[in-house]
Amino acid sequence: MRLGFFLRESLRSMRRNAAPSFAALATVLVTMLVLGVFIPVFQAATGAADSVRGRVLVDVYMKTSATAAQDARVRKEILALPHVGSVQFESKEQALKQQSKQDPGAFALLGTNPLPDTFHVVPDNPGNVLLVRGELTPKGPSGHEAMIDPAIKNVSNHTEDTQKILTITSYVKWILFGLTLLLVVASTLLIANTIRLSLYSRRREVEVMKLVGATDWFIRWPFVIEGVIVGAIGATIAIGLLAVTKIALLDPLASNWSLIAAPRTIGFAWLIVVLLAAGVAISALGSGVSLRRFLRV
Amino acid sequence: MAISEPHNRSRRRPVPPTTRAKKVSRPARTGPGAPVVEFRAVSKLYSGGDIGLDQATFSVERGEFVFIVGSTGSGKSTIMRLLIKEIDCTEGTIRVAGRDLDQINRRRVPLYRRNLGVVFQDFKLLPNRTVYENVAYALQVTGGTRREIRDKVPDILRLTGLSTKLHNYPEQLSGGEQQRVSIARAFVNHPPLLLADEPTGNLDPETSIGIMQLLYRINRTGTTVLVATHDQAMVDKMRRRVLELSQGRVIRDEATGLYARDETTREFAARLRGAGIDSPEV
Repeated sequence: MRLGFFLRESLRSMRRNAAPSFAALATVLVTMLVLGVFIPVFQAATGAADSVRGRVLVDVYMKTSATAAQDARVRKEILALPHVGSVQFESKEQALKQQSKQDPGAFALLGTNPLPDTFHVVPDNPGNVLLVRGELTPKGPSGHEAMIDPAIKNVSNHTEDTQKILTITSYVKWILFGLTLLLVVASTLLIANTIRLSLYSRRREVEVMKLVGATDWFIRWPFVIEGVIVGAIGATIAIGLLAVTKIALLDPLASNWSLIAAPRTIGFAWLIVVLLAAGVAISALGSGVSLRRFLRV
Repeated sequence: MAISEPHNRSRRRPVPPTTRAKKVSRPARTGPGAPVVEFRAVSKLYSGGDIGLDQATFSVERGEFVFIVGSTGSGKSTIMRLLIKEIDCTEGTIRVAGRDLDQINRRRVPLYRRNLGVVFQDFKLLPNRTVYENVAYALQVTGGTRREIRDKVPDILRLTGLSTKLHNYPEQLSGGEQQRVSIARAFVNHPPLLLADEPTGNLDPETSIGIMQLLYRINRTGTTVLVATHDQAMVDKMRRRVLELSQGRVIRDEATGLYARDETTREFAARLRGAGIDSPEV
């Protein structure tokens, strides 16, 4: 019975204060729309940055004369090093096949296979790539770099490129993270402020209710329920618009544009849940908390 | 319209107050003889250093009708605000129906306020509700059932002469009508104590008479009524107990007083002749 009363009260106040309620609803709608676009974009971009970082690896080239036994020994040695995630072996035959695909004429002319056996060493974390390289080529007593195994001819040295990729991708990730955080904070403040304004116009009403002997929660519940309704409607409309955009624009493009289809972006169902929960929680909490100031009568 | 209305109403007089009294009056919360309101050496110092009340001591018995008079800033409103526990006193004790207001903690204040009816100069009606809903709200707050609301609200609105305005919003009413709605709301729970802070402050003299009449009628049902007012003419006509304040002190307490301490000889003569005093010049 109480719930019914509070529900009627909040519906009444929304009807009678249509303008502020609509403002709050529009704010929630716009914010959720922006968030709904930005969260997947953030994730796709982070995913892209991560996949670039994932391609950072160390190539270990064996001497062309290396035997299968030496290959096996080196493989074991590499795996024993710290920070090594995985090791991929590419035999000279595989390498030749790969290369001759790109330029069949040149390799046919060559006759012999000049390519060495190669280990592609993937670090456990892209940031550790330089550590791994250092371990593969420890500094000898003379101060010169030496290979950890005599059968190794060379270890790829892209220190500078690797460094660049790592810095840039980490900047990109942090900037995106900062932007998202700012966006979330701005949305929360915006919604809270709109609610505050609409409450401010009704502070006299709250004062009167208190003078008649209403308890704080008796006054507060209708406002909280109103927040829930406004938040839910705003978020639902935003989700509807996002769904239309997704179905009409993104899905046809997804097959051509890898960023959109990036596997790490949030699922649409989850996005719906997140937006709905955020919209409802922010506006309900916003009204409940903002009201506290006016309840001190 | 507003001016002519009190006349109409007073001619009609829907319910004789005496019959209502039996239905309405409630036994005092504490033993007989306990004053409804008791101020004992109450002082209120506002944070700015202004004195609201200075060692005020008085008590009001059950069923009394008391005017609190005094110039602006003399402490009338402070007494009202203390009584509704909007503010707390700095010194002394205030008892209402035997209960010490200091002992009521913040969370119980709403429950305490339900035992009071409060009427303000600016009416303080809920602008988004009709007359009916405004009065009903006072019952809903106390958990009144729909049936109770259906029973009581039309009744009290008839008593206050508003039966034709049930579904109007406050802004569609005249000042006098709005004040009557706020009295109806204050009285719908039949509180043992009714406080009115300048109830006629915004109204013209004719309308004020209607409002005072209504308060008096409520008083006759056994409700204690405290009225803070500036309205000299009203106080002089009503001849009720008068409590005069000046700079926070109670400087006069007369059982059937005038607004001001002394009558001029002209007024005295006029009163003896039975004529009303329209504008006493004191």
